[in-house]
Amino acid sequence: MPAPIRLRELIRTIRTARTQAEEREMIQKECAAIRSSFREEDNTYRCRNVAKLLYMHMLGYPAHFGQLECLKLIASQKFTDKRIGYLGAMLLLDERQDVHLLMTNCIKNDLNHSTQYVQGLALCTLGCMGSSEMCRDLAGEVEKLLKTSNSYLRKKAALCAVHVIRKVPELMEMFLPATKNLLSEKNHGVLHTSVVLLTEMCERSPDMLAHFRKLVPQLVRILKNLIMSGYSPEHDVSGISDPFLQVRILRLLRILGKSDDDSSEAMNDILAQVATNTETSKNVGNAILYETVLTIMDIKSESGLRVLAINILGRFLLNNDKNIRYVALTSLLKTVQTDHNAVQRHRSTIVDCLKDLDVSIKRRAMELSFALVNGNNIRGMMKELLYFLDSCDPEFKADCASGVFLAAEKYAPSKRWHIDTIMRVLTTAGSYVRDDSVPNLIQLITNSVEMHAYTVQRLYKALLDDISQQPLVQVASWCIGEYGDLLVSGQCEEEEPIQVTEDEVLDVLEGLLVSNLSTPVTRGYSLTAIMKLSTRFSSVNRIKKVVSIYGSSIDVELQQRAVEYNALFKKYDHMRPALLERMPIMEKTSSNGPTEIVQTNGETEPSIVEPKHPPPVTQPANQVRALLIALGLSLLNIVCMYGLFLINHESLSTIPPMIAYNKNGLKIDFTFERANPNPNIAVITIHASNSTDADMTEFVFQAAVPKTFQLQLLSPSSNVVPALNQGTVTQVIRVLNPQKQQLRMRIKLTYTLKGSPVQDLSEVNNFPPQSWQ
Amino acid sequence: MMRFLLLFSRQGKLRLQKWFTPMTEREKKKIIRDMTSMVLSRQPRSCNFLHWKDLKIIYKRYASLYFCLAIENQENELLALEVIHRYVELLDKYFGNVCELDIIFNFEKAYFILDEFLMGGEIQETSKQMINRSIEASDMLQEDDSSEWYEVELFG
Repeated sequence: MPAPIRLRELIRTIRTARTQAEEREMIQKECAAIRSSFREEDNTYRCRNVAKLLYMHMLGYPAHFGQLECLKLIASQKFTDKRIGYLGAMLLLDERQDVHLLMTNCIKNDLNHSTQYVQGLALCTLGCMGSSEMCRDLAGEVEKLLKTSNSYLRKKAALCAVHVIRKVPELMEMFLPATKNLLSEKNHGVLHTSVVLLTEMCERSPDMLAHFRKLVPQLVRILKNLIMSGYSPEHDVSGISDPFLQVRILRLLRILGKSDDDSSEAMNDILAQVATNTETSKNVGNAILYETVLTIMDIKSESGLRVLAINILGRFLLNNDKNIRYVALTSLLKTVQTDHNAVQRHRSTIVDCLKDLDVSIKRRAMELSFALVNGNNIRGMMKELLYFLDSCDPEFKADCASGVFLAAEKYAPSKRWHIDTIMRVLTTAGSYVRDDSVPNLIQLITNSVEMHAYTVQRLYKALLDDISQQPLVQVASWCIGEYGDLLVSGQCEEEEPIQVTEDEVLDVLEGLLVSNLSTPVTRGYSLTAIMKLSTRFSSVNRIKKVVSIYGSSIDVELQQRAVEYNALFKKYDHMRPALLERMPIMEKTSSNGPTEIVQTNGETEPSIVEPKHPPPVTQPANQVRALLIALGLSLLNIVCMYGLFLINHESLSTIPPMIAYNKNGLKIDFTFERANPNPNIAVITIHASNSTDADMTEFVFQAAVPKTFQLQLLSPSSNVVPALNQGTVTQVIRVLNPQKQQLRMRIKLTYTLKGSPVQDLSEVNNFPPQSWQ
Repeated sequence: MMRFLLLFSRQGKLRLQKWFTPMTEREKKKIIRDMTSMVLSRQPRSCNFLHWKDLKIIYKRYASLYFCLAIENQENELLALEVIHRYVELLDKYFGNVCELDIIFNFEKAYFILDEFLMGGEIQETSKQMINRSIEASDMLQEDDSSEWYEVELFG
């Protein structure tokens, strides 16, 4: 058998492959060769083969058949074998693998090996990926090595102990004795890993934290030496001595000083020293300053020190380096609640960051800006934020718009300013505004009574320009519906009143109804607005016509509204003015939104809605107005419910009922209501009854009509038809028949009777002529 | 602690992967895919920090290689940049003007150096010279394997 090819040779060969397929072929060939070589138990080339396998694994190919070979390499006496074996173990043998535990014995032996580099390999592997069981087994060995005088091993043992503690926290106690003089080490490697170990222990156990507080003076001394000592070539990074160790010490100090006055005081001076003396021209100095700032903000530092920290962050904001600006904004965001005034001083710099080119920085700057808005700076800040809203990427617009609304609501200096700000957002970022903003805005406008004329005028003008932004259109429609009379009256205090006629207003609203840009929700708003104007405008006939046209709209929601509004015109004209009167002021309960609106109108009995409870729906039918208001903006639903109720009572006896199906004990009757005045819709109610001696469960009624008709099935009353005619299941069908063709229907019935499923199809042709003529 | 370190080329080919927490092969592959696509699609002059799930991703490009380090939220990002830089310096010293090909053909050496610098997601040694000496001594031990001489204890 020829010797397996060398690693570098294989790498060279694989890299010559021009396609993925070619590469795969080479890999498969080599894997086959490696597999046979493994089978031959060849010690000489095992190392080379595993190394090749690791390379192929990196390319993404499976290498699990090499796992046991790694174990054999680890057990070998040769250092080369062990080196590759342990590398393979770290890459292929993590704790999820079955054979992972087989490593334990080898590692144990190697931890006691005479060569420190072998010990190092074992410690490294254990410290990177040892499982909990392995850690439990070998913790004693690690603890022993933690006490050795060999600094090469001691530092590795410290990090290994950290891993053991992370995996098996209960073992933390056993490492406590060994930590006694860790900090007296001169060796930076040991010092660094010791600080990491102490940090881990303090983070996990309040007792350990209390115990190690006494180390604060020693840590302060070490840090001081690092700063004050001269140039040390071994640890120097751009003029700073061992920045990694400095940062780690600062972090441990942070943990020790948090909520402890004495410790915080003991570290005050050194923190001030680091903050003022660290060279800031390079990233490394700024890394230390950053950590120092985080520590100052977290411990109980005196106010002078805190101000110093915030000023450092302020200087960071002016740094050319993006990373540093980003880090500053993130930190300021964390401290803005506790040190609000100090952060305010840097407001202008923060606002400038809104214009930064980097997306991450812009987002942070936006969040921070909103946190800084208060009653004093609202005007200036809003100008900047609105400018930002105009020009920012779409991904920001929704959040920014919401933020603007919130800030405006909290700190608006005047109602006019508030309305103007809302207008600005709606017109510039209208399509990104969240859906829940619309009811909030409507409520806001309603409550700004003296601004109604101004608001509706501005909204009307905005509509003339652009009807594509749905939230804007919805708010505008609602306002025009409510305050259209103010619009045409030509009175406006805040600005030059516009001259507009009733017909022009109705043109605009009708335009919304037909436009392709309008969503169904928007159309609903427009139709309701037109209807409301019937009590405010004189051109009632025009409105009647529009409303009646939409009685046959394909959109069922619009159709329903139109039909009910028609009912208002015809039979309930005397109620129309009351129903469509101006909305009263809505008072908001605790915080959130339209679901907690309470009506405070003196006319009807107050229906106090407690926060978090849904509004009451059990009002008597003649308290329509109270119903309307309690449910706030869903004028439609109430009118519809009420209207349907009326209609059902009116037209019961016009069309005779019929039996549509009667078989095997199941009888289905159809009763009819004509949706007066629209003769094109037949409203059929099915009544299913069951004369057998067992219930029919999972009852489903389905219907189909010829193509010229349209069908709508509402929800059934239940899906169990009780036995022996003890009750009926009812369901409403609405059939639209614009061409007045003879009504025909196919029905499909499915149910379960005494455990067996039953299904039947049938045609219904015996509809009375009045139902479709 | 650090969670993982990835090195990949501008075409997204993986050159080194070091994981500091156990993960399935599938999870690893997904993370590699996510990292390469996120990092490679960044604008040239953006900042070097990204957010991904609950981790901070620090990335930096050196010549044709991207170094991508994931750290937990409480870690110092600016220092993470220094960690990456330190590793590059170590590679550079070892290989002499290191380039991507060195890492491709000597990936196991790159791992050995990394394992002297980091362990269990933390920094193990802060002195460049100490790490260099350890690696040199280990390399010499490997040579001893092929010679007839017994192992020599070096640099206690």
